[in-house]
Amino acid sequence: MVDDMKLTFLQESEELLQQMEDALLAMEEAPDDEEHLNSVFRAMHTIKGAAGIFGYDFIVSFTHPVETVMDQVRSGNRSVDSDLVALLLECKDHTANLVQTVASDNEDNVPAELLENGCEILARLTGEGSENNSVKGATPSVAGASSPIEAEPQKATPNDNWVIALDFKQDALRNGLDPLSFIRYLQRLGEIVNIITFTHDMPAANEMDPETCYLSFRIALHSDSNKDEIESVFEFAVDDCDIRILPPHSKQITYLELLEDVEPESVQRLGDILVGIGAVTQQELEGALNEQEAIIDEAVANPEQKVKPLGEILVERNVVAKPVVEKALKKQEDNREKASRDAQYIRVDANRLGQLINLVGELVISNAAVKLMVDKYEIQEAQEVVAGVDNLVEDIRDHALQLRMVQIGDTFSRFRRVVRDVSKELNKDIKLVITGGEAELDKTVVEKINDPLTHLVRNSLDHGIESPEERLAKGKPAQGVLRLNALHDSGHIVIQIADDGAGLNVEKIRAKAEAIGLVKPDQVLSHRETLRLIFEPGLSTKTQASNLSGRGVGMDVVRRNIDALRGTVEVDSSVDKGTVVTIHLPLTLAIIDGFMVGVSGERYVIPLSMVEECVEIDNHQLDEQRSYVNLRGDVMPFLRLREFFDVPDDEVGDHSDRRESLVVVRFGRTKAGLVVDQLFGELQTVIKPLGKLFQGLKGISGATVLGSGDIALILDVQGVIGLASQRGGHKQGLVDHA
Amino acid sequence: MSIDVENNNGVCRVVVKDEMTIYTAAAMKTDLMDQLTRCDELEISLQDVSEMDSAGLQLMLLLKSEEQKLKKELRFVKHSQAVIDVLEILDLVAHFGDPIVLPAGEAQ
Repeated sequence: MVDDMKLTFLQESEELLQQMEDALLAMEEAPDDEEHLNSVFRAMHTIKGAAGIFGYDFIVSFTHPVETVMDQVRSGNRSVDSDLVALLLECKDHTANLVQTVASDNEDNVPAELLENGCEILARLTGEGSENNSVKGATPSVAGASSPIEAEPQKATPNDNWVIALDFKQDALRNGLDPLSFIRYLQRLGEIVNIITFTHDMPAANEMDPETCYLSFRIALHSDSNKDEIESVFEFAVDDCDIRILPPHSKQITYLELLEDVEPESVQRLGDILVGIGAVTQQELEGALNEQEAIIDEAVANPEQKVKPLGEILVERNVVAKPVVEKALKKQEDNREKASRDAQYIRVDANRLGQLINLVGELVISNAAVKLMVDKYEIQEAQEVVAGVDNLVEDIRDHALQLRMVQIGDTFSRFRRVVRDVSKELNKDIKLVITGGEAELDKTVVEKINDPLTHLVRNSLDHGIESPEERLAKGKPAQGVLRLNALHDSGHIVIQIADDGAGLNVEKIRAKAEAIGLVKPDQVLSHRETLRLIFEPGLSTKTQASNLSGRGVGMDVVRRNIDALRGTVEVDSSVDKGTVVTIHLPLTLAIIDGFMVGVSGERYVIPLSMVEECVEIDNHQLDEQRSYVNLRGDVMPFLRLREFFDVPDDEVGDHSDRRESLVVVRFGRTKAGLVVDQLFGELQTVIKPLGKLFQGLKGISGATVLGSGDIALILDVQGVIGLASQRGGHKQGLVDHA
Repeated sequence: MSIDVENNNGVCRVVVKDEMTIYTAAAMKTDLMDQLTRCDELEISLQDVSEMDSAGLQLMLLLKSEEQKLKKELRFVKHSQAVIDVLEILDLVAHFGDPIVLPAGEAQ
């Protein structure tokens, strides 16, 4: 087995199963929506087909009956109810398990229990007796292979003939036509199995004009010729005869097959598709189009008139069978869809994108170096060119980063299943509301946010939202609401998980925190600070741990995961109103717009999105004792980077008359000031992760290489602010105690 | 006159002496319809019909339907090969219900 192919199979199956799940969950709300039915059917059908190609018979034998059931549902022979959806979800899970065995290279040795499990699910799905299934269980591959694969049940037609209807016009004879001669000629193409002659329109004898043609024929012709050949027989009669040629049933199947093979390269018009496979001749098509045109003309004059679609006209004219038109329409739709999808997406190896972004990073650095050179040697002529290149590089950087951006909606919608399953398990009625799913963020971030999100969602479901009875008792609607929301905010994405549940009990948290020695009994904590304690390790207020959450290992892991992404997590809650967890994440982990500052010879980069403003200050404004600065009445903690990083003073003299600048940074709702010596301005910053040794460093999130080849540290503003307020508090504490 | 008429006790025997085609149809219709209305029983011999086209066929169909309407008795006899061909190709032998005697050459 070619591994690449297998990988494709696995990937596709995974996507299809995800689509199937989404569709199934949507079906619960709108059981009659055909689109969802089709989606489920398609998933099973495609997986079955692909598995068949690879010879995974155990997948084929499971998915085939499911597909059959879906087909029944589609054709209205089976109704959709919540039981069926639940079963189908099981089927989806089981298929995922089967695919998993392929993923783990176990396809030659599928666990027997898995197969048995599959048979059991199928038995419930199809309602077949257990005997039948035990046989299936023993030889699943045989069952799969012997089942008919045709989706279209073949109608038993005793005779497989062309049906030709000839309605001659009155002037046919006068125009020199002899209908008989056509029929004679027809005999050359095949055998006339049956022919019926009509003289419907023949009037009473005295009015009958012997030179007027009153004849109509219905002919059953057995022939191997195609439609065009048959139609060519009547080539000279077209003006004086209504000719309709209906293909034999076997031909219809051929048409259906041909339709299957229609190249999806371009979106064709319905008529062209039908002519292309020979189901309709050009002549017939033109006739139908003329009719349609006439109808459209009428419709212009009379708005009430409904314009018939071409397919309907063709079917009404009996030139083509309905299934063929339907199939052709579907094919057309598919092709259109495919064409638009092809136009929108290209599958690209994530590694290649990574490489590209790394290269762009290097380009940014090199460009900075060039700029530096040009500035240094004051090459006037080059300056303009360099500025142009600079703009381009910036654009390239933005676009390259855009490539990795994905919408968060997919991540969100995965929780539909979680919410559904958990609420069933806990007997709660919970609705999931997703907003802002179109907000984009870096794929690597999306992948890493999944686990923390799951924790938070489960927490809300388990601890947050109460059972329907409790809710009613509290005067809330029985159905709880969990909201997932995403939005962009100054270079960050904000993700909110909000529930309208019980809220967090501040006293309980406090008590627990005191019990495990996290806070001292006499320590004064604000509401927010107390809430923040839930992110400390070992803190769970749930007395009983469920299998979902409550063991107190969740929230600190969440915070650690989010910290690793250079994000923050905040919680807000009020009793019986609900809880909101807000996560701030940087959009990307690779390149940012930075703001460079200097302390003596050292360079530091602050993410530009966090810089609020820069002000020049003199020392009197700074409360050195308490590390607080009063800026236009706004009090915020400040931090001298020189002291923080212990940068040696390169100037001799008094500190007090050195010019210093205050950079005001904001993170979420917190503001702080950073005191620096120099401001260098904006800079494209390629984040180079720090080595393992330095990963524990507080206040630094990475480093970047400057154009000059020097290294600048990137400040972890959140960490710095945290430290600044701690230091402030600490000092204050000391002062108070003194 | 393209037909020979022989009247005998209300039974009218007509021999069509010409081809039955679009060219003769108009005249022949008048003549044959005349005969059909005039007598109770009409026997039309077709042995001399050298050629028959759709117009001729229409005529036969007209006479046949008028027979029922007018409650007369109509027989086509002695079909020529040209007539047989047309009736066979359109599977109308049974429709007319007349015994067809195959020409000697083709009889088995």
